[in-house]
Amino acid sequence: MAEKLQQFESPDTAGKAAQAIEAYQQTTDDLVGEKLTLNMGPSHPATHGVLRLILELDGEVITKADPDIGFLHRGDEKIAENMHYNQFVPYTDRLDYLAPLANNVAYACAVEKLMGWELPPRGKAVRVLCCELARISAHLLGIGCYAMDVGAMTVFLYTFTQRETVYNLCEQISGARFTTSYTRVGGQIHDITPEIISGVEKFCEEVSEAIDEVDDLLSRNKIFLDRTRDVGVISREDAIGYGLTGPNLRATGVEFDMRKNHPYLGYEELDFDIPVGKTGDSYDRYLVRMEEMRQSVDILQQICRQMPDGPINIVDPKGTLPEKERVLMSMEELIHHFIVATQGIDAPEGEVYFGAENPKGELGFYINSKGGGVPHRLKIRSPSFANLSILPKMLPGHMVSDVVVILGSLDFVMGECDR
Amino acid sequence: MIELSELLVPAIKIVVLVFAVILPMVAYSVWAERRVSAIIQDRVGPNRVGIPFTKIGLAGLGQPISDGIKFLLKEDFTPGHVNKLYFWLAPALTMVPAILTCAVLPFGSELFGEKMVVADLNVGPLFIFAIASLSVYGIVLAGWSSNSKYPFLGGIRSSSQMISYEISLGLSLVPVLLIFGELNLSAIVEEQSENGWLLLPLWGEGAIWNGGWDRFFLFFPSLLAFIIFTTSIFAETNRLPFDLPECETELVAGYHTEYSSMKFALFFLGEYAAMIIGSGLIVTLFLGGWSLPFGCDAALMQMAGNPEQVPWWLGLIHISTFLVKVVGFIIFFIWVRWTLPRFRYDQLMKLGWIVFFELALLNIFITAGIIFLTRSPD
Repeated sequence: MAEKLQQFESPDTAGKAAQAIEAYQQTTDDLVGEKLTLNMGPSHPATHGVLRLILELDGEVITKADPDIGFLHRGDEKIAENMHYNQFVPYTDRLDYLAPLANNVAYACAVEKLMGWELPPRGKAVRVLCCELARISAHLLGIGCYAMDVGAMTVFLYTFTQRETVYNLCEQISGARFTTSYTRVGGQIHDITPEIISGVEKFCEEVSEAIDEVDDLLSRNKIFLDRTRDVGVISREDAIGYGLTGPNLRATGVEFDMRKNHPYLGYEELDFDIPVGKTGDSYDRYLVRMEEMRQSVDILQQICRQMPDGPINIVDPKGTLPEKERVLMSMEELIHHFIVATQGIDAPEGEVYFGAENPKGELGFYINSKGGGVPHRLKIRSPSFANLSILPKMLPGHMVSDVVVILGSLDFVMGECDR
Repeated sequence: MIELSELLVPAIKIVVLVFAVILPMVAYSVWAERRVSAIIQDRVGPNRVGIPFTKIGLAGLGQPISDGIKFLLKEDFTPGHVNKLYFWLAPALTMVPAILTCAVLPFGSELFGEKMVVADLNVGPLFIFAIASLSVYGIVLAGWSSNSKYPFLGGIRSSSQMISYEISLGLSLVPVLLIFGELNLSAIVEEQSENGWLLLPLWGEGAIWNGGWDRFFLFFPSLLAFIIFTTSIFAETNRLPFDLPECETELVAGYHTEYSSMKFALFFLGEYAAMIIGSGLIVTLFLGGWSLPFGCDAALMQMAGNPEQVPWWLGLIHISTFLVKVVGFIIFFIWVRWTLPRFRYDQLMKLGWIVFFELALLNIFITAGIIFLTRSPD
């Protein structure tokens, strides 16, 4: 892969203007201007959920931004301490609710790391398929909403048409369109069928066309370029300092992707590139997401071509539920089934952290176990939370219209941020 | 002594034009917007509402009527924190100028000896600008009287936007008036009917083979004027890509955030009425208004025999020609809205003041120069 790590001076004109205003204020005793406090959210069309921004405006220019989060806090981490490992899977659906399959996979992988289990090849391939489907779905929505915030409503509906296909595939895979809960510790609830593989292959072709269509509508559109270029610039240092991950980090030029840097689920055997941006502005974040979707389509095609045969779950009688027929026929399996279902998996003592490259960034699960079927402590490292933390630094100096562009380009999900 | 017919005929024209043409067109352009946007976006759009209590759907043509009924039945809520007088005045101030401007638009040639224009003013374009610039008050007052922050921002944006674009709108029109040497819109249309539309000088004295070299050279300034004028109409009517006063994803609903029921509907209708009048103005000035292309008007008049009186069937053809052209432009407006993103406030002002203002000004001098060189003074 070409060397793309290069330091550019950030062309953050808006930020510099804000600094100039601030410097001018310090030189004079006069009241430079009365500020207007604008409350954006928690229910506002551009905040995609329940983010609340308290903006201080000087005219249309923002001088201070104070994000207020927590409107969707459900206490997922505390809930996890009171239930078996497998019972927590449905709660992961509701983290990044635009890519529930990827959350399921990340959580299952984290617990498997604690257990020290390794999935058979087919199980891994199925999970990669789930992850990449979820990534395409989430990026489609991200770009659609982004375009809608800029004013191009039609793009949003084009991408939504494709997401509909993803939902149909989710339904075929897991039985549910939205809250999939597909994975369990040690495998999946059931295997995927050949129809799903052919469905994914068909989807790959369709979505490629849709991506090209969006590309035609936006990538060289003068208005879109004017709105997004040099808006919401994040420097490399800031991005690393604030703990940004995912496309937002890569748009600044940092080539960091959990799938390449800490490979899991056999990503090291797949052939794909990690797109990185140059300036870290909103336009770069858009381009990175577009290219990531294309790479994901590529990964899906590779997976579909070489889907291995064999079991999809690990074989550990004390860890996973045995086949129903054998539960009914033999004593041993009945006992295992009873114990796994009522007391949970007997996890060893210890602590693990597993981070997966989710559509929004690195979704990490830290599990502290004191043995037994429930975690002693479970911490979710949610990418949206870290990505939003940069807002107070980034927003001042921009205009009100830029806020929606920046929010759209950061592509956050409040379900994950507030947990 | 005023004759009764002098009062009656204009009154009939006004009533028919406003209540039978403009208002239904406004309602149905909302329907067209929803259907065309649905086609553009791979959706279906409103296709159910037809004749009540039957299964006849009529492709959703009943939708505007049910929309209107819905607006009337909604609670007309006036928030406690508003300035009541201006809050009530604002919706009327957007709707009334939009309808007033159609008085000078010639929407047909003649029908039963009556000119198909409500007021055949000698200062048509000036009248339109004078009235149209009033509509900014509606939006500014709505934004200000709502006493709320998002409408306030929308009001500020619209006042600067509409005032800036009015300048390029007016300046881009000057070359057109220079070319025709006329301020009466009916006369402008008749001139185009005989000697070629401004953007299609292919017959009569406007064609090159008939010695219309001036019109050939003037084609390029007229095209520039057309582009500036059309873009400014977009800005004047607050439609995307210039819909900053409304700006759904930023300012929630902009200046009409606090409005509900019929007051909201008046803003809505005012916007569409302005769009229709704008299209009508573009058609009248640049595309020959009600006239048929390639000198068909003259040929049909000859066929009818009497050169003084326009036969009724030709009058109807002219009216429908005008409507077809206007509808074409409305679809263009809709198409643009559902394709492009919107500008940012400062970019919009930059475009208006640095690009369009200068171009329009330059265009006047170019046009005047061409006219001076190609037309012999007589």
